[in-house]
Amino acid sequence: MALLEVENLRTRFATDRGVVRAVDGVSFTLEQGEVLGLVGESGSGKSVTSLSLMRLIREPPGKIEADKLVFDGVDLLKASESTMSSLRGGKMAMIFQDPMRSLNPVLTVGRQLTETLRRHLRLDGDAARRRAIELLEMVGIPLAEKRLNSYPHQFSGGMRQRVMIAIALSCNPRLLIADEATTALDVTIQAQIVDLVKRLTRDLGTAVIWISHDLGLVAGLCNRVNVMYAGRIAETGSVRDVFYRPSHGYTVGLIGCTPRVDRVGAPLTLIEGRPPDLIRPISLCPFLPRCAVAIDACNKTMPAMNTIEAGHAARCHADLSVFHQKGAA
Amino acid sequence: MTAGPFIEVKDLKVHFPAPKNLFGSGGAIKAVDGVSFTLERGRTLGLVGESGCGKSTTGYSILRLIEPTSGQILIEGQDILQLPQSQLRPLRRRMQIIFQDAGASLDPRMPVGDLISEALEIHGLWPGADRRRRVRKLLDLVGLSTQHAERYPHELSGGQAQRVAICRALAVEPQLIVCDEPVSALDVSVQAQIVNLLQDLQKELNLAYIFISHDLSVVRHVSDEIAVMYLGRIVEKADRKRIFEGAAHPYSRSLLSAVSIPDPDVEQRRRRIILSGDLPSPANPPSGCRFRTRCPIVEEDCALHDPPTRLLEPTHGAACLHIQKSQELLKWT
Amino acid sequence: MADLAATRLSDKEDDFRPAGGLQLAARQLLRNPAATIGFAVLTLMVLAAIFAPLISPHNPIQIKLSAKLQPPSAVYWLGTDHFGRDVVSRLIYGARVSLSVGLLVILFSFSLGVPIGVLSGYVGGRLDATLMRLVDAFLTFPPLLLAVAIVGLLGPDIQNVMIALGVVQAPVLARLVRASTLAAREETYVTAVRALGASPTRIIVGHVLRNVLSPIVVQLTIGFSAAVVSEASLSFLGLGTQPPQPSWGRDLAEARRFMTDAPWLFLAPTLTIMLAVLSINFVGDGLRDALDPRSWVTRRRATQEADD
Repeated sequence: MALLEVENLRTRFATDRGVVRAVDGVSFTLEQGEVLGLVGESGSGKSVTSLSLMRLIREPPGKIEADKLVFDGVDLLKASESTMSSLRGGKMAMIFQDPMRSLNPVLTVGRQLTETLRRHLRLDGDAARRRAIELLEMVGIPLAEKRLNSYPHQFSGGMRQRVMIAIALSCNPRLLIADEATTALDVTIQAQIVDLVKRLTRDLGTAVIWISHDLGLVAGLCNRVNVMYAGRIAETGSVRDVFYRPSHGYTVGLIGCTPRVDRVGAPLTLIEGRPPDLIRPISLCPFLPRCAVAIDACNKTMPAMNTIEAGHAARCHADLSVFHQKGAA
Repeated sequence: MTAGPFIEVKDLKVHFPAPKNLFGSGGAIKAVDGVSFTLERGRTLGLVGESGCGKSTTGYSILRLIEPTSGQILIEGQDILQLPQSQLRPLRRRMQIIFQDAGASLDPRMPVGDLISEALEIHGLWPGADRRRRVRKLLDLVGLSTQHAERYPHELSGGQAQRVAICRALAVEPQLIVCDEPVSALDVSVQAQIVNLLQDLQKELNLAYIFISHDLSVVRHVSDEIAVMYLGRIVEKADRKRIFEGAAHPYSRSLLSAVSIPDPDVEQRRRRIILSGDLPSPANPPSGCRFRTRCPIVEEDCALHDPPTRLLEPTHGAACLHIQKSQELLKWT
Repeated sequence: MADLAATRLSDKEDDFRPAGGLQLAARQLLRNPAATIGFAVLTLMVLAAIFAPLISPHNPIQIKLSAKLQPPSAVYWLGTDHFGRDVVSRLIYGARVSLSVGLLVILFSFSLGVPIGVLSGYVGGRLDATLMRLVDAFLTFPPLLLAVAIVGLLGPDIQNVMIALGVVQAPVLARLVRASTLAAREETYVTAVRALGASPTRIIVGHVLRNVLSPIVVQLTIGFSAAVVSEASLSFLGLGTQPPQPSWGRDLAEARRFMTDAPWLFLAPTLTIMLAVLSINFVGDGLRDALDPRSWVTRRRATQEADD
């Protein structure tokens, strides 16, 4: 059985301008040890999707609905708040872009780590401390024992993100959600963190949902990718499917406008315009006004999720095989 | 008109007093410690490095938004560091800056039209009725319409805010624009729009850009020459092709190998140099070569000698004692 | 569709309209019910003060012992005081003193405190250190004591009360403005206009002040309330308004003696002062929000999402 099953997830927010359908019919499954990338631009619903999984959406004004939302045998929609809070930080852990905001500035890092351990794993003081040192060493923090007594501001940005990962991993989560976790870090530090996450999934079998707008990171780290647009999944498939055989106009555009460090390309192709207002009802493909490869059918009907090959599907009418290429392998 | 380069920076140093500790003076933080380069009009110099390497401080000092400690900045032969504060205004017309957070660089209480005409007003350009016409022309130049002039900064998207910031910078008809991480905060699709806009404007107006960024993919895309900075120094400088295809300094190589590439198979095959640890404190840089504490090919003598910049080609210099060994490293990355 | 509409609009309106910030701010202020009511009440009070001789039913200072301490009635709407003077008329005339004290005090503290605060915060260094030590010295005194001392020095007179209260309030404002200026000075938009070659005056007046206006406005409304109440205290001590001149604070102070016998005497000025203070606070809060462009509802908002 899959670790996480999401079927027709819909998350809406009531605002004074109307109801915003931030996530509108998202379905996917995640297996143990799998790394799933969620890519898309801001407002595409990738963060709201992950917050909905953790039930971290304030209701109201938010509202989460789904046909199925099951994590490790637990129905997340029916779970009580106390079940959820023992899952969060326990079997499901999350790391954010800004570690300084997620860490309590007036408590030592050791205190924050051991607190989680004592609460979720019911370890006593000594055991919690030993485990905390072990965790800091695992995420590559030198002099772990001494660093336990340091406060968050005494760490650099990269080290703080490591501390966050250590806290997230402290209770052996089955699922780790990383929301733009390396966006604020320098590339050299980014490489260190990505390396760390890869090792953890391999050694501990943790499943990861990696939310990022950086296609390069996703290409190097993930097994599968969901490309999101306007609160829906535009395309889903293995990284090789999506990067080499993009089958949605948006994916093609996204790849075309991403500069590559290993190539000097022609001028970047553009995706003109902006994503749609999610308050207005959407009756055609939401990407249509910006799409460079739209065909007649796009102006008539909303495309359904078409399976291109096993595990690779896209919500697009156009035949995009001209953009397909073989992998470099 | 002198024959020299459009802008020449010579041995620029910017030192800040370090916060004092219990035992008295904390010494100096050498944010920029001997940076030199030249740049011609119509060309782009990419300034790359990790945060804290001094790339933004360098950019700010060129506009004298931060006062350098020593060195020379020659614009067509004239040393602008010798100008008294009162004579900076003509200088501001020649050089402009755009910021990473474009929204924050626009006064939240002024509509776009006022923000742009203020720039004209400061320099007494296009007086009277012409000014509003000029504002419209400028907006059009950066791909905005007249109706954007009535908007306030909070009503703009990230991309639009950066267009307004570019528009305001262009209003004074500068010859050089310092671009401080201008696209880092934007979505990729918007990023591409701004990058293309900057490139079109450069061609049209013969602008020189100093493009400061930590994103090497974007830098490769826009720069003619690239300078790699580490702890206040330029460790390697060359034209784009040389840097991206034959970087000689181990730091440049590490930086390049850390950048991810949106291509799963390429990513799979690549081998990375994972640098350990963080940037050392610029208040107390390592002796000898500053990179030695994180260098994958460090030798004993690196702690003893501050490596001089060696020219590998007339336009390619690198400051490393073991360039030979570094180029061995090149083979497997 | 939306794009077409946008194109038509910009063709028709070849020019962009002037900002009209004040208009938008005023409109926003009037959308706030509390601020609107406050504004209306204050306007009435000011009008009453200006036209006092025309609307007062009685002479506010004429003593008529035969009618002393009368409860509210058809003739004396709010009763009379211990000299038989009409309370309503005294309140109307008292508005002249109290409102002008409030207004002039904040004007005075504004013109003293804001320049000190802005200069101190923007220029920094030795100037900042000197000015702030001076300000701190003033702040160490209890405010009322300081005011008493200043009036004592200048002589008991309503003008001197205003000066004294202004001097007392200015340091508080200076501190606040300095702090806001320090924050504003570091904003990227200030660096950006500096890079454009703007003069320090333009930066301070055009950008820094504009952006620290909100806390200033709030502080000024607090200052207004404090001035009205302090004038009462100083008058009570015999340092402000001299009898038989009416002022809300004076009347309130005198009414205390008859609190049980003639509660209306006490209640009338109390409620009036409360009403004035509440109104000015409402207006202040409303102004703070209304001065922020982010609160303005404009026709653009609707079309904004559709175009780029």
